[in-house]
Amino acid sequence: MNSPALQLQDRLNRRIFLKNSTAAIGATALASLLQQEASAASPRRVFPNFAPKAKRIIYLFQSGAPSQMDLFDPKPQMEKHRAEDLPASIRQGQRLTTMTSGQKSFPVAPSIFKFAQHGRSGIWLSELLPHLSTVADELCVVRSMFTEAINHDPAITFCQTGSQLAGRPSIGAWLSYGLGSVNRDLPAYVVMTSFGTGRANDQPLYDRLWGSGFLPTQHQGVRFRNSGDPVLYLSDPAGISRPMRREMLDEIAALNQRDFEAFGDPETSTRISQYEMAFRMQMSVPDLIDVSKEPKHVLESYGPDVTKPGTYAANCLLARRLAERDVRCIQLFHMGWDHHGGLPKAIQGQCSDTDQPTAALIKDLKQRGMLDDTLIVWGGEFGRTIYSQGTLTETNYGRDHHPRCYSIFMAGGGVKKGTTYGETDDYSYNIVRDPVHVHDLNATLMHLLGINHERLNYKFQGLDMRLTGIAGNLVKGIVA
Amino acid sequence: MHRYFLVLLACPALVAAEPARLKYNRDVRPILNEKCFHCHGTDASHRKGELRLDLREEAMKPADSGDIALVPGSPENSQLIARVELPHDDDDVMPPAKDGKPLTAEEKTILRRWIDEGAEYEGHWAFLKPERAPVPKIANPALPINNEIDAFITDRLIKEGLQPSPEADRATLLRRVTLDLTGLPPTIEEIAAFEKDTTPNAYEKVVDRLLKSEHYGERMAMQWLDFARFADSHGFQTDSSRAMWPWRDWVIQAFNDNKPFDQFTLEQIGGDLLPNARRDQIVATGFNRNHRLNGEGGIIAEEWRIENIIDRVETTSFTWLGLTLNCCRCHDHKYDPLSQKDFYSFFAFFNNVPESGTIQGNSNRSGGNSAPVVTVPNADQEKKLAQLRKAVETAKAVVTEKQLQLPNLVTNWEAEMEKPGGGKIQMWQVLPLSSAKSSGGASLTRQPDESWIASGTNPNSDTYTLTSPVTKGSFTGLLLEAMPDESLPNQSLGRAPNGNFVLSGIEAEISAPTLKKPVKISFGRAEADYSQKGYDVKLLLDKDPKNGWAIDGNDPKKRVVRKAMFLANKAVDVPAGATLTVRLIHQAKFAQHNIGRFRLSKTDAEPALASLDGNGDPPAAILAILKTPPENRNPKQNSELEKYYRANIESPLRDADFALVAAKEDLEKYENSLPSVMVMQEGPVRDAFVLNRGEYDKPGEKVTMATPAVLPPMPKDAPMNRLGLAKWIVDPANPLTARVWVNRAWEKFFGYGISKSTDNLGTQSEYPVHPELLDWLATEFVRRGWDMKVMQKLIVMSATYRQSSRQTPELIEKDPENRLLARGPRFRLTGEVVRDQALAIGGLLVSKIGGPSVRPYMPEGVWDETSKYGDLRGYKPDTGDALYRRSFYTIWKRTAAPPTMLLFDAPTREICTVKRSRTNTPLQALSLLNEVTFVEAARGLAQQMMQQGGRTPEQRITYGFKRATGRDIEPAALKQLTAGLTKRIADFRAKPEDAGALITQGASKADAALDATELAAYTTTASVLLNLDRVVTRD
Repeated sequence: MNSPALQLQDRLNRRIFLKNSTAAIGATALASLLQQEASAASPRRVFPNFAPKAKRIIYLFQSGAPSQMDLFDPKPQMEKHRAEDLPASIRQGQRLTTMTSGQKSFPVAPSIFKFAQHGRSGIWLSELLPHLSTVADELCVVRSMFTEAINHDPAITFCQTGSQLAGRPSIGAWLSYGLGSVNRDLPAYVVMTSFGTGRANDQPLYDRLWGSGFLPTQHQGVRFRNSGDPVLYLSDPAGISRPMRREMLDEIAALNQRDFEAFGDPETSTRISQYEMAFRMQMSVPDLIDVSKEPKHVLESYGPDVTKPGTYAANCLLARRLAERDVRCIQLFHMGWDHHGGLPKAIQGQCSDTDQPTAALIKDLKQRGMLDDTLIVWGGEFGRTIYSQGTLTETNYGRDHHPRCYSIFMAGGGVKKGTTYGETDDYSYNIVRDPVHVHDLNATLMHLLGINHERLNYKFQGLDMRLTGIAGNLVKGIVA
Repeated sequence: MHRYFLVLLACPALVAAEPARLKYNRDVRPILNEKCFHCHGTDASHRKGELRLDLREEAMKPADSGDIALVPGSPENSQLIARVELPHDDDDVMPPAKDGKPLTAEEKTILRRWIDEGAEYEGHWAFLKPERAPVPKIANPALPINNEIDAFITDRLIKEGLQPSPEADRATLLRRVTLDLTGLPPTIEEIAAFEKDTTPNAYEKVVDRLLKSEHYGERMAMQWLDFARFADSHGFQTDSSRAMWPWRDWVIQAFNDNKPFDQFTLEQIGGDLLPNARRDQIVATGFNRNHRLNGEGGIIAEEWRIENIIDRVETTSFTWLGLTLNCCRCHDHKYDPLSQKDFYSFFAFFNNVPESGTIQGNSNRSGGNSAPVVTVPNADQEKKLAQLRKAVETAKAVVTEKQLQLPNLVTNWEAEMEKPGGGKIQMWQVLPLSSAKSSGGASLTRQPDESWIASGTNPNSDTYTLTSPVTKGSFTGLLLEAMPDESLPNQSLGRAPNGNFVLSGIEAEISAPTLKKPVKISFGRAEADYSQKGYDVKLLLDKDPKNGWAIDGNDPKKRVVRKAMFLANKAVDVPAGATLTVRLIHQAKFAQHNIGRFRLSKTDAEPALASLDGNGDPPAAILAILKTPPENRNPKQNSELEKYYRANIESPLRDADFALVAAKEDLEKYENSLPSVMVMQEGPVRDAFVLNRGEYDKPGEKVTMATPAVLPPMPKDAPMNRLGLAKWIVDPANPLTARVWVNRAWEKFFGYGISKSTDNLGTQSEYPVHPELLDWLATEFVRRGWDMKVMQKLIVMSATYRQSSRQTPELIEKDPENRLLARGPRFRLTGEVVRDQALAIGGLLVSKIGGPSVRPYMPEGVWDETSKYGDLRGYKPDTGDALYRRSFYTIWKRTAAPPTMLLFDAPTREICTVKRSRTNTPLQALSLLNEVTFVEAARGLAQQMMQQGGRTPEQRITYGFKRATGRDIEPAALKQLTAGLTKRIADFRAKPEDAGALITQGASKADAALDATELAAYTTTASVLLNLDRVVTRD
């Protein structure tokens, strides 16, 4: 804890704490201490900086980089240029990965998927997204995202931490640090992962994507696991019943309390409260993940995979249940979008994984009156090239990485609905209007959550570090 | 952050009646640094209003307006004061309101007073040579002064009106120092011995024992691994395996040998450049190869080579200098007098490693070290290596000897050639197939001539899979003979009713125990003595699986033996014990056109010389030489003839050549199987440039190796290379290195550094809370020959270290972080030590030192839920001892690091980390309560309680408490734990199956002689003990 504000506040907390503790601690006092402790390590007196539009965020990360021109950025005019070489005037010396930099030609590969306008807002969506099309009026599609990285690992790290290299806190860790938890039983930042059916082995994810970097590690995302305990070590060992666990915890607390009175270390008191929170997590997480009481029509709305743990659909439903329990930052990572070859088939697999559950999540939140204060983001780490990687045929093509433009969409709290923002050139290669840098997106997400991104910083190695580096501008055009 | 501290504690001048002069470095610089230098400091590109406040002369120059920022002695005339004292909503207030960093009232007062006192500047404290202040004299004989540390600390406490705390009780002290120096708790016997030892130097004897323990080196190495970003994987996308553990073992050994820190440094940074560098000194340079390596498809190698070097620059400067040189990658440093040019001049030292920058080939997916590497054999392996090297020498000697006969051999061969049919080469060797299988269920039967006949079922399209042992040497081609047979339709060659066949594909591969995967043979040439029109044998090699070779087997005149040969693109090395697998594929559009009888042969002859009949004449060029009378041949012709003979004609010399090749291969293979470690090496000097915006492809000004200009120059005798850089780092004139080390040593023992910012001693660092002590320690470290154990002993022998850690509300109020040290330090153990301690207390710890990393229990799917890349997948725990080794031997995959360690604040080891956070979270509680390691350890402790603790529950709990905490249990706690235990014995009696389930957790077996229900109940009580705050805390 290096931040001065934080230091001081921590000290103040501890002083209050001590005053309380000189008297014998009764249950009521303990309860109030617990609440206090929940905020002890976060600068919540400062944040939010202003009334937030959204209380929580559900970030649906599509790892591997979905193809923008097959999903959100229609370029019907490309059909006229099919198989022509990408004009130099468009490529403008753009750096390519070594996967295609050796190609003799860069044949334009028009999307084989049809686009149509949907909803009153008339947002263009691909036929690959029939379910999302039914909630088009809730969406804000940004076609003018761009990034700095061209390979997956640095690019996804950049989206998540504002730096291409390892070592910085992730966006969820920043939010946990800045806003703290509003939930007494669950972590502030929960992560869930799923493999895609489009390209079942791609791309790996890394702990650092939800890590806390130089922030205290209590802010790292807690990844719900797909096998075994959803939260690590949640279950009591075989042979220990819940009442017995409770007794053991009481013994630990009583002995710790004696030590606290004898030695006076506030950390001892914190430990007592953290054991209580651990117990509450043991009680609440099983209930959280038990979807057996969800009505049939709700389960059906998320699609057939919803009852298979570890699928994107199951994770979407859990995201809603976490949102209901006021978890601040919920992040899903769905893998499998890296379509260098065989894109038409692979992207159908990915869309069948994600289209229905995503739409269902939006509808479900809306129906519960939670969409207004829940921010939803759907997007990957970069875009893909209009030219085909490998052989272009009438029915098949592949696309290489493309950092210069890509599309994402947002929905919910504080987002301008039914909007398409930004524009790319005919080849979906360069942005021609309203570019949005990754830092701009992150600044905007934080704004919607009530944070001025320039003010949420942390002193590390003598510098005021923040998620958006020394950049980032609020994108007013996508804020309602 | 220390401003608050100063106001509260360090600067009584501000609140007391007797004002002392302000010190620029302590009181003023932090304010200017934090609030002003960003726009008025070293970075020219960000400078506003052409004003610099970091240099006194500059700040005293009149601006264009005539205003002067700084008028020493006259705050009233100083524009600086005028501007900072404006109302906060004034447009001209400094710092500007939009920066969100307004000055506090105290800060404004300090600035005003400083100018009033003459506005004296000082250089940044950490960049000035440490000065050895006189050790304070403490008049009060009642205060314990064991050494100089106590003198400095006590002197300050007296000034602050504080009293040191009494010495901790013996049990606490023993546990504290044992955990600090070895990372393991004291044993019951050690506690008893210490409590009994009444000699005055009892404690010192313990310290000396601990410093000699081999676990000392392990304890010290733990933190060094964080600095060095040590791991067992490459990091990045694929995150496949690497083996750097020999380097880790070097570090443990170096600490245990108490290698002086200067030598420790020289060897790790430039060990390869030391004169006559020993292997261990080269291994030491693995420090700078521990960085991640990227192998993602499509990356540009040079970009990642540059990233690796930048990582080395950052890691080296964090680790030894406590400098954030990383800030200068893209621009001059915002706060420190370090330029971008300094950064790339430092970079130039690390730029000449002959490395690719990425993971090459197999290493990306299947793991492995990347050049440059050295092998690190153990003694047995050394012996075997020597044998293999000797075998090569022997084989060489035979070749040398046989070579002398070459002219004679050639002459004899020529004589043979004159005879009819002589000199021909038998190039095809029939393969003795060991198995032949039909995919379609046909029976394949071996014939005396090693041919095979198909019978029985005749499927529409069959594939014959044929395997044969194949001798070591080289493989260049296959000969397929298709033969007519009585048993076949029309006594022809094929199984089709008309007697024909169409062979549509042929595949071959060589596998061997020493090959990671089979080597596929790629055939580039096919020839047959006959091909049916439209079914040329060459079609076998095209991509269409339907095309193939046929022989008009329906034509009665053509039912004769047919031969086809398939030649590899290049010779394939066949290792010892290899198997050749050949697949004859029949997938043509004609049904049942499978070969009826066939024989396979192989060759190792030059593909160019191959012929179907196998009795090839030498090539034309050689025949031409042979036709030239020997006396007319020129030396080149003679040599070509000899070369041809030697390579192609069976002879003792050819045998000797083959034997030599084989011996060399054996040696190489063995060398490759030995552990290796990635190391530094100096290749040809590469040009280095300032990289604009830090981007690899934007070179600017060319630079050469140089150390940062703000620090003293390199020693005169230092070479201009990495070794010279290392010498500069440990040169006594370097103001940072010793300070950085003693400051971090202080942090290790007291929880905070003397300057809290142990990660950064640049101008943004915290001003040391005990500046004189820090400098005294730094100079002492150098004076004592950089002896780390001496310095650590000095610290742990001090009365300051030995104080009780009991806290009082008054002390917490006055000094919450215990920076002044009026009490002993108390903090939570690191994740590694938490687990090691549990294993030790549970009697499970296997205390073997070093070796390859191990795989203890980890949660199911730990590597698989987020990746299907690389070779680190499908985690399976080891069995036996490897489950119970110290935690820092646990295999470390950077993108999915050991989860429990991450929960307890370990970094991911992707980058250099010099400081860990110290959190207190519910997930830690869940791990300690439920993770199998801790449950098993609890059962281990329970077992000892029952076996060694005595007979009554009270005695046993007392024993367990002592084992877990190192102390005697208080009566109230004993009562509570006894009541709980008694109840749970009853609970388990009622549910014996629960007891059975609990005591069978983990791989080790419970002692069957103990009553299961009792053992289960004791296990729960032991678990309570292992979860106590005072157990996970060292106090």
